[in-house]
Amino acid sequence: MSWIDYAWLIPVFPAIAFVLIVFVTKKVRMLSALTAIVAMVLSLIFSLGVLFQVLGSHITMETPVEYSIPWLSVPGVHITAGVLIDPLTAVMLAVVTIIALLVEIYSVGYMADDEGFSRFFAYLSLFTFSMLGLVVANNYFQMFFFWELVGLCSYLLIGFYFYKNSAADANKKAFITNRVADFGFMLGIFFLWLVFGTFNFQELAEAIHHYENVGFLTLAAILVFIGPVGKSAQFPLHVWLPDAMEGPTPVSALIHAATMVAAGVYLLARGFVLFHAAPTALLVVAYIGGFTSLFAATIAITQDDIKRILAFSTLSQLGYMVMAIGVGSITAGMFHLTTHAFFKALLFLGAGSAIHAVHSNSIFDMGGLYKKMKVTTWTFVIGALALAGIFPLAGFWSKDEILLVTKEAGFTGLYVIGSFVAFLTAFYMFRLIFIAFFGEKHSDHHAHESPLTMTVPLIILAVFSVFVGFIGAPFVEHGFASLIYFEHPHHAEPDYGLMITSTIIALAGIGLAWLLYGKKAYDPEKLKQRFLPIWTLLYNKYYIDEVYQWFFDNVVMNIGAAFKWHDRKVIDGIADGFSALVRATGARLRFVQTGNLQTYALVLFAAVVIVVLWMAVPALGGM
Amino acid sequence: MTFPILTAIVLAPVIGALVILFIPEKEDRIIKITAAVATFVSLALSIYAFLTYDLSVGGMQFTQDITWVEAFGIKYSVGVDGMSLPLVLLTAIVIFTGVFASWDMHNRVKEFFISLLVLVAGVFGVFVSRDLFFFYLFFEVAVIPMYLLIAIWGSTRKEYAAMKLTLYLLVGSAFALIGIIAVFLYAAQPEHLGVRTFDIFQLASVNYDFAFQKFVFFLFMIGFGFLVPMWPLHTWSPDGHVAAPTATSMLHAGVLMKLGGYGLIRAGVFFFPEGAKFWAPLIALLCIVNVVYGAMVAMQQKDLKFVIGYSSVSHMGYVLLGIASLNTMSIDGAVAQMFAHGIMTALFFALVGNIYHKAHTRMIAEFGGLAHQMPRVAAGFVIAGLASLGLPGLNNFVAEFLIFVGSFSVEKTLFGWLHFRVLSILAILGVVITAVYVLRVVQFTFFGPRNPKWDHLEDAKGVEMVPIVVLVGTLLLFGLYPQPLIGMINNGVVPLVEKINAAAQVGGIF
Repeated sequence: MSWIDYAWLIPVFPAIAFVLIVFVTKKVRMLSALTAIVAMVLSLIFSLGVLFQVLGSHITMETPVEYSIPWLSVPGVHITAGVLIDPLTAVMLAVVTIIALLVEIYSVGYMADDEGFSRFFAYLSLFTFSMLGLVVANNYFQMFFFWELVGLCSYLLIGFYFYKNSAADANKKAFITNRVADFGFMLGIFFLWLVFGTFNFQELAEAIHHYENVGFLTLAAILVFIGPVGKSAQFPLHVWLPDAMEGPTPVSALIHAATMVAAGVYLLARGFVLFHAAPTALLVVAYIGGFTSLFAATIAITQDDIKRILAFSTLSQLGYMVMAIGVGSITAGMFHLTTHAFFKALLFLGAGSAIHAVHSNSIFDMGGLYKKMKVTTWTFVIGALALAGIFPLAGFWSKDEILLVTKEAGFTGLYVIGSFVAFLTAFYMFRLIFIAFFGEKHSDHHAHESPLTMTVPLIILAVFSVFVGFIGAPFVEHGFASLIYFEHPHHAEPDYGLMITSTIIALAGIGLAWLLYGKKAYDPEKLKQRFLPIWTLLYNKYYIDEVYQWFFDNVVMNIGAAFKWHDRKVIDGIADGFSALVRATGARLRFVQTGNLQTYALVLFAAVVIVVLWMAVPALGGM
Repeated sequence: MTFPILTAIVLAPVIGALVILFIPEKEDRIIKITAAVATFVSLALSIYAFLTYDLSVGGMQFTQDITWVEAFGIKYSVGVDGMSLPLVLLTAIVIFTGVFASWDMHNRVKEFFISLLVLVAGVFGVFVSRDLFFFYLFFEVAVIPMYLLIAIWGSTRKEYAAMKLTLYLLVGSAFALIGIIAVFLYAAQPEHLGVRTFDIFQLASVNYDFAFQKFVFFLFMIGFGFLVPMWPLHTWSPDGHVAAPTATSMLHAGVLMKLGGYGLIRAGVFFFPEGAKFWAPLIALLCIVNVVYGAMVAMQQKDLKFVIGYSSVSHMGYVLLGIASLNTMSIDGAVAQMFAHGIMTALFFALVGNIYHKAHTRMIAEFGGLAHQMPRVAAGFVIAGLASLGLPGLNNFVAEFLIFVGSFSVEKTLFGWLHFRVLSILAILGVVITAVYVLRVVQFTFFGPRNPKWDHLEDAKGVEMVPIVVLVGTLLLFGLYPQPLIGMINNGVVPLVEKINAAAQVGGIF
């Protein structure tokens, strides 16, 4: 049997699990978890089947397999539900299903005491269904459809603890911010449809190839890009992601670090032909990505909530990926997406394990965890080393690939920014580690290692974080670069100079963190006091949330209030005024009906006189 | 003779009302069951008609003609096509669920259900009429019970709202009546049809001259615009929604407003394609005001029902945009939006009614954390909200998508500088504003810490679940698998659009 023919089942398994949990197993907690996990195992098996079939046969980026069924067909618009399998899809499917499965297993332990256990697994299943449906999409419409659904799942899961006001604020913020982005995305799709008459990726690629109007393509590309700016939390629509940490930690790992937020990057890779044809739009992509990576990294160095540090790190790393695609390399972008998915999931799950033990998110409440939580600590350190880009862990290869393509494409400025971000990344990660895991115990916590369902996924992810980078290492023949590429594979020669430079930069970051927070050679508090204005600005995330809030409270709400006033006072005023006029007139005219015969006769006589005169006057005038 | 299925759909509620007339007031359970049975008959027959309508033949089906006043060519003549059949189904679903949403009614139960059933018979009648006279007659049949339902069983300034609603609707229908008479007289002239008739298809076959089209389309636009409601003729509707008892709100927002959209398409655009082309730019401008202004005002409301009332104003703007765009996709979308909005808003009102009945308030500020006490109601409300903001997978998304795509492809310029597409973009922006007010209401009503003040509230259960399950099911069914609904609508819209395209190109008013 051909796995690819059955690839459509990959999203269907979790969909069935969702329905089963909601309608059947809801009351039996473990059965709900089991249903979700079994469905995920099936999806994983099929995804790996597809991946190996793609690797083993001649399915390349140029020769994808595609099939579809009609979903909605009326004259003028034909929409299909389909599956497009190429190496890009296959890799993404594998990444999503592996991490989703590990997160679900982890959640069995993490959520064990939660009232909403079954609800949690139902939402997770709904999410994986949507995410996998997005990944296999063969057209923009389907992409948008599932794009919105993953947004819904994100909304539901951020607000999982709906009784907390902060969670209820955060999920609304996430949904609305993404709505703003999807508004742009939708317009982009409409413009493409208007000119090319199709939503299908392959057909669009062919049509764009022969299309001359670069100005139009630039417009469409920038509009489409607004979608990823929201979903992948790029500046200026990044505000929702740090707040999204209100959700349960496994959700942060799966949705807000490894998979959903990467959907924006995936879309850029999928629709790259459009961006390639619009160089100006591509520049915008590159600079937004580069800026976001720096912007977020600077915020991350001041935060004290472990999940928020990781969230800003995610923003920053997504910025890397977007930048890589912006400078023209979907290979580098997707490679970093893949490695990042593993080590960032690892870091979040590790953070969850620590939070689970300490019952606090603040790194200053942790401290000294390494004595009690060996597995958590060492897997977390591996994740951090991978993220910092230390040889030979996963992040080293993929981050270097990005820096390399940026440099080769001639974006020296972005290259410098990227390198500086690498320094900041190493610094903030090891600041976190030295404070939370190795520093002295700050609060009176009784940390203990988490149960096996939580530590086993950590170990598996740690193994991936060490080795997954080799699939794209420059000395590997037929590696990642020969799998996912645009137009033709670009096999980069190893650039040892760059590798050494970036390693030194990363080590410098770790070293500085050690000096400040490990060895305490200099009191960080003094440093903070010295640069207090800058520190305050960074700590408050450049006050961007406040600006948006001000705009909403003072501009949007006031417009609404003005419209409401207009509705009640002006429109209803006129209507009620009119009815009052009618009533008043009626009240006056009432007196005409006196019932007095003489009065009637008088009026009648007067009227006759007037009419006669009126007729007579012209006649007289004619004399 | 075949079974007159449409007449049966119209008469089932009337028979139900007659039966209720003979049931003693104190047997309120039997009265409710009778109403449920009567409306179920209509629903079952509507579903049957929907499933057996022959798409390959198209046109008016399940027809029946009885001459009534020969001298004026007035016939009781019914039939449905792809455009009206979904609206008949909508009406049947909404009234059936509305009866269950009124299960907690204890005040003058008998009169309430009689009024409700007569009202819905009128609505059914409008959608199945092929004769303009009966079209008008059935409409008037629907308006009068509405007045009673609000004035007697309503709340919150009910006399004001009932009077306002009735006067607005009657003024609107007066405009439409003048239009109908004008059409009748014009067509009866010897150089046109030469016979007196109110038959919609015969009247539509007349070639009206442009000046006449402009004039009468204007009358219909205002007349049906009151119903839709088109800005600035809309203020009766939020007041009416708020004051009306639950089932009446459901019917009113779910179905009655659709009479306006349906009338505007069936009588307005179908008779006067050139008139429609002339006035379309004005409708397009006003409907953008509907969408954006309605949504912004909804954001300001403190009463749950007012939020939904203004959201209807906003959503019906999409229907008008679909009509004003005058192409297949957009009008498909407009009719689909009428269906989808009807179901969605009925769900909203059923849920708010449920809360109001138990909590005796609808003020958002008094709630918070209601999801603790009423998880099912909360889930239903969230789904209705998601439908309202156009989430894929729910029916409204498909409708709005078609309207947007359709209006996006209009190549027209207003005033010489304002491209029609700018209006579509503003309408799409409405989706963002909708998300803001819907999610705010959801958050402030249902999320947040548990409020012990509401611990005595019971979640929906038993018969109360009927509206929630049926309406949510419908939204999901046609959201995930829209082809049966959209295919049906399209079948009715295509001949209309052919007529629009065949008509002379005329410049718009702007």
